[in-house]
Amino acid sequence: MTSPAAPEQHPIIRVRGLVNRFGKQVVHEGLDLDVFPNEIFGIVGGSGTGKSVLLRSILGLQVPAAGSVELYGKDIHRMSRAQRVEMTKHYGVTFQHGALISSLSVAENIQLPLREYMNLSDAALDELAELNLRLVGLPVDAGDKFPSQLSGGMIKRAALARSLVLEPKLLFLDEPTSGLDPISAAAFDTLLLYLRSHLHLTVVMITHDLDTLFRTCNRVGVIVDKRMITDTLPGLLKNDQPWIHDYFHGPRARSAQGTQHG
Amino acid sequence: MDPTASIELARGDGPLRLEVVGSWSLDAVQTLDARLDALSGSLQGPLECDWSRAREVDLGAAWVLIEGLQARGATQIKHLGHPPELLGLLESLQAQRKDEPLPLTDETPALHRPVISIGRWSVLQIEKTREAVEFFGRVFAVLGSTFRRPRAWRVGSIARFVYETGITAIPIVALIAFLISVIVAYLGAQQLTKFGADIFVVDLVTVAVLRELGVLLTAIIVAGRSGSAFAAEIGVMQINEETDALRAMGMNPVELLTVPRILGLMIALPLLTVIADAMGLAGGGLLSLLQLNIPWPQFVNRMREAIAPTTFWVGIIKAPVFAFLIAIVGTYRGMQVRDSARELGRLTTVAVVQSIFLVILADALFAILFVKLDI
Repeated sequence: MTSPAAPEQHPIIRVRGLVNRFGKQVVHEGLDLDVFPNEIFGIVGGSGTGKSVLLRSILGLQVPAAGSVELYGKDIHRMSRAQRVEMTKHYGVTFQHGALISSLSVAENIQLPLREYMNLSDAALDELAELNLRLVGLPVDAGDKFPSQLSGGMIKRAALARSLVLEPKLLFLDEPTSGLDPISAAAFDTLLLYLRSHLHLTVVMITHDLDTLFRTCNRVGVIVDKRMITDTLPGLLKNDQPWIHDYFHGPRARSAQGTQHG
Repeated sequence: MDPTASIELARGDGPLRLEVVGSWSLDAVQTLDARLDALSGSLQGPLECDWSRAREVDLGAAWVLIEGLQARGATQIKHLGHPPELLGLLESLQAQRKDEPLPLTDETPALHRPVISIGRWSVLQIEKTREAVEFFGRVFAVLGSTFRRPRAWRVGSIARFVYETGITAIPIVALIAFLISVIVAYLGAQQLTKFGADIFVVDLVTVAVLRELGVLLTAIIVAGRSGSAFAAEIGVMQINEETDALRAMGMNPVELLTVPRILGLMIALPLLTVIADAMGLAGGGLLSLLQLNIPWPQFVNRMREAIAPTTFWVGIIKAPVFAFLIAIVGTYRGMQVRDSARELGRLTTVAVVQSIFLVILADALFAILFVKLDI
């Protein structure tokens, strides 16, 4: 693990007092969150605590009942449509199940944002597709396949390639290693660390994978009681909030800590 | 091995003793209720369960037995005679119930319920109407901005939908138009020959096909084929979060998914209608030739006299309107799908039924309009 983000930096993501409700069910009640440049920030929480809802609120896919979400210092829920489109070019997102467009080939999926926002020649489009496929460790011939022909792990990699194609500095990942075998998951962790150090990415990642958490994350936010408790991993290990204690001291967590530098 | 499971009640001095006998696999559950009912009256009070003659006890069978005993008034059940180890698991599962809150009982007075459900229904309808208006508004806004920016014309996408909804539908549309016009001509011929007015079969077929049947049949076939395809395709994209992914990339799903389908179908349906008209006339002509001995040249001459210059256009002008209705209903229903396969099926059906209904309604309105305009 590298040094945690210096507190004097300006946060890239700043969430204040977020409230989300679905009918009578309150998911978030005054949730705060700061993410600083060049850190890998993990979001954990029990099932149904609203991790994905938080991500959707940050992306502007879910309009919160109250609170503010700022990306790069601008409130995304008060932007015009054009400003928001401009903002989406600065971040990449991979969804839990990849969410590749099923009617397009993998290469066309990767090229989709490029075609939308730039005027590139076919040759340049192909070269950029190849670059991003290689970057995430997919064989180039995977580009001609359709999402339905790929395995779960390859879909996640292809989705990552698509989210990287506009060279964003900020990456959102929703359970990137869930459903992967341990070898693929470990390779994904390595890839993430590599991308962070070489492309200076900031990563916000929802994950249940304790190995990924211990290997990659600088700071972790835990959603408990509809709010977020944020700390470094050593700090969270000492936290005595019951859920956090159970989470980081269960049998699986202990084995993950034991192997974190292995 | 004793194949049948049974329970036997043994009376002694002490508490009631129940012997569990035989192989207690899950199959035993099938006859258990009847057996328990037979003993029903005598099961009240403390009970001892003797498991020494039971074999191969399944979790489910033991659970249903104990639950059944308790439901019939047995209390303080004690297990004797090497009870199976899984009873410990069952007890811990039963113990979980104590920690759970009781299910909420509905204490709404019976008179209030209809009022509540009417209220809920009304709010839901208002909500649905608002959603629909919002969707149509978005589609029109995007359509408007699309026409101003030629770059936003997704020619590739539109071409794909012209192909999928139009070109691939040619065989079925042609066949059905041909057959229906044969049927109309045949019925007409049967009636009109009674009056010696055979030649008016030509009038009947040509006017019916050109004004109504060609376009209406084509629209209904296309509603079934493409309306359902639009709803299902977009619905699956909703379930797979593909539309969310598009939004997260700053793209507008209405612009990318809805508008090309609407424009594609609005191009394809008039072209299909022309084919349906041609096939319908061919069918009418063929039947006239075979059944009424009206040769082709005479058929064509009579047709020229029967139809006004506007007849063909009155039919074809309806096609883009029908296409718009089919495409907008299909895509709207697809966009409404929320994460379940059942929703997908339901909304696909709704899309087809509603688009056919709207097509026929619009056709009726057109008919009134044309009468008023005297066309």
